[in-house]
Amino acid sequence: MTTQEWPLWEVFVRSRRGLSHTHAGSLHAPDAELALRNARDLYTRRGEGVSIWVVPSAAITASSPDEKDPFFEPAADKPYRHPTFYDIPEGVKHL
Amino acid sequence: MTATLHTTAALALGDDALVLSHRLGEWAGHAPVLEEEVALANIALDLLGQARVLLSMVGDEDELAYLREERAFRNLQLVEQPNGDFAHTIARQLYFSTYQRLLYTHLAAADGEFAGLAAKAVKEVAYHQDHAEQWTLRLGDGTDVSHERMQRACRTLWRFTGEMFQPVEGLDIDWTGIKTAWLESVGDILRRATLDIPEGPQAGAWTAGAGRQGLHTESFGRMLAEMQHLHRSHPGASW
Amino acid sequence: MATAAAHRPAHADGTAHMDAAAYEAVFDAAVAADERIEPRDWMPDAYRATLVRQIAQHAHSEIIGMQPEANWITRAPSLRRKAILMAKVQDEAGHGLYLYSAAETLGTSRDELLDKLHTGRQKYSSIFNYPTLTWADVGAIGWLVDGAAITNQVPLCRCSYGPYARAMVRICKEESFHQRQGYELLMTLSHGTPEQHAMAQDAVDRWWWPSLMMFGPPDDESAHSAQSMAWKIKRHSNDELRQRFVDICVPQAESLGLTLPDPDLTWNEERGHYDFGPIDWTEFRDVLKGNGPCNEQRLTQRRRAHDDGAWVRDAAAAYAAKHNATGTADASARTAGGPSADQTDENGKA
Repeated sequence: MTTQEWPLWEVFVRSRRGLSHTHAGSLHAPDAELALRNARDLYTRRGEGVSIWVVPSAAITASSPDEKDPFFEPAADKPYRHPTFYDIPEGVKHL
Repeated sequence: MTATLHTTAALALGDDALVLSHRLGEWAGHAPVLEEEVALANIALDLLGQARVLLSMVGDEDELAYLREERAFRNLQLVEQPNGDFAHTIARQLYFSTYQRLLYTHLAAADGEFAGLAAKAVKEVAYHQDHAEQWTLRLGDGTDVSHERMQRACRTLWRFTGEMFQPVEGLDIDWTGIKTAWLESVGDILRRATLDIPEGPQAGAWTAGAGRQGLHTESFGRMLAEMQHLHRSHPGASW
Repeated sequence: MATAAAHRPAHADGTAHMDAAAYEAVFDAAVAADERIEPRDWMPDAYRATLVRQIAQHAHSEIIGMQPEANWITRAPSLRRKAILMAKVQDEAGHGLYLYSAAETLGTSRDELLDKLHTGRQKYSSIFNYPTLTWADVGAIGWLVDGAAITNQVPLCRCSYGPYARAMVRICKEESFHQRQGYELLMTLSHGTPEQHAMAQDAVDRWWWPSLMMFGPPDDESAHSAQSMAWKIKRHSNDELRQRFVDICVPQAESLGLTLPDPDLTWNEERGHYDFGPIDWTEFRDVLKGNGPCNEQRLTQRRRAHDDGAWVRDAAAAYAAKHNATGTADASARTAGGPSADQTDENGKA
């Protein structure tokens, strides 16, 4: 059998309870079980995490940078979605 | 419990960890895949940490590690066996980590002098055992080549496994119970890995004793020569 | 192997609807504005090639760099030093992995890069072609070699390519202990027995000049520098960084009680820097060409580890294929039961 490279996995680490998982990097592993263990050894050896997700890189669907404008720009001109849009008289509390 | 008993047990456990850590350290730069460099080093570091705690219970950790003669080491012959190929290293890890986990689980549950160390170490060792089991499954049930290599490694090291269940002075353990649990756990993994459980004796025919009595195998002297050389070349120096 | 969708260049998706010049303008503007270039962004082929070459060389250096230090793990003279050294060599494997990952976002694979290393088509830092002859060399590598590497690497944390910059942030954070342990090791030797002091001095004598060569050829001879600076892959010139390193090291050597092997080393009030003697670039080029004391040895060991490990990698791949474990729900469910995982809320979300 000719050696075939182990597939690539993306690693997400929750650094502590209360925070969401954040992308930490990637690694190679033959299957999910070893991917999880490799991730533990590689990305949390200084106590950086309390929980790990591994996802096959091939399973990720990403938005295209070419579609950046239609995807993200329409959200930029809706200032009424942000609390700073509204004038509130000084002295009004708990708002 | 007297001070003498305490020393014997601490040396037995400490030397096991020290020697196996050294052997795993020999893999640095030689592992079959980069991810395993990191994994093997993690295990080696856990073991070295355990060894330092245990040896320090007896005396100066460096004097004990670097200035004892071969016959004064109380580690199992199993842990001093040369790395061989990756299958040999994994078989050694499987046999030893299963034993160490059972032993430390008992020690952590009791309230003896090793309870604190054992409670911390048992978490580390659980991971070592998991690592060994994962790889035993993959090598045993991988390719024909890996199956053959893993089967050979399990067979070769089998004769060093009996020594693990020899009572150690100072440890109040149900050794027969540990042996039964060990056989069940290792047997289960080997079966799942499509490997035969080795037949034949779990000890050599020589009645002179083994590692726990200070009697070691040929390669151990060479290992110690390398480990101790620099320290011994500069008597009294600090590092 | 399929490159991850998250990594695949966008223009391979067939969604391109700008012409090349427009793409280039967007890229140039992003670099000029100090924005990061990310994996799926359009980038000039030469930018991509430069990054692959540089990141790969950097990754290879971490991996080959394990060897001279691993050489002393089994002889470390105290258990404390042994633990430190093992942790450090392990970090180097980890850093290699971060960097190979960063390179893979550019559309190459680790196998391809390793193959280029093994066949001599890609290089690693020439410094690792020097031998570690005594224990003090472990200290000299930490202080001087890691020190030079850090001087080089800190500016890379602001490199224009996002994945490389992020890998460097992680690496620099972890490396600060590497340099300090080396310095502490040398300090202990320098103030130890006369034999230990001599060992430390000998190591510094041998590692000083090769460390200065790590910054690469002088600016007027450096083939890649100008373009890399324009692309903000590189932020400072070779000579600038080399000077910065010399200025840092001189007072550190004094504190160690060791001398640097350069009679021309003097403070230049006017420049506000230390002047130093000429570097032997003939040696540099010779070692680079393969004529260093350990070139053959390092590559042979690397190739052997890779070749000897092939059956292990094959076994794991075969097992995964047999048990169809790659990314299946079944495999995740089984691994989820670990003692430390907070799986109940995990599963709800995942």
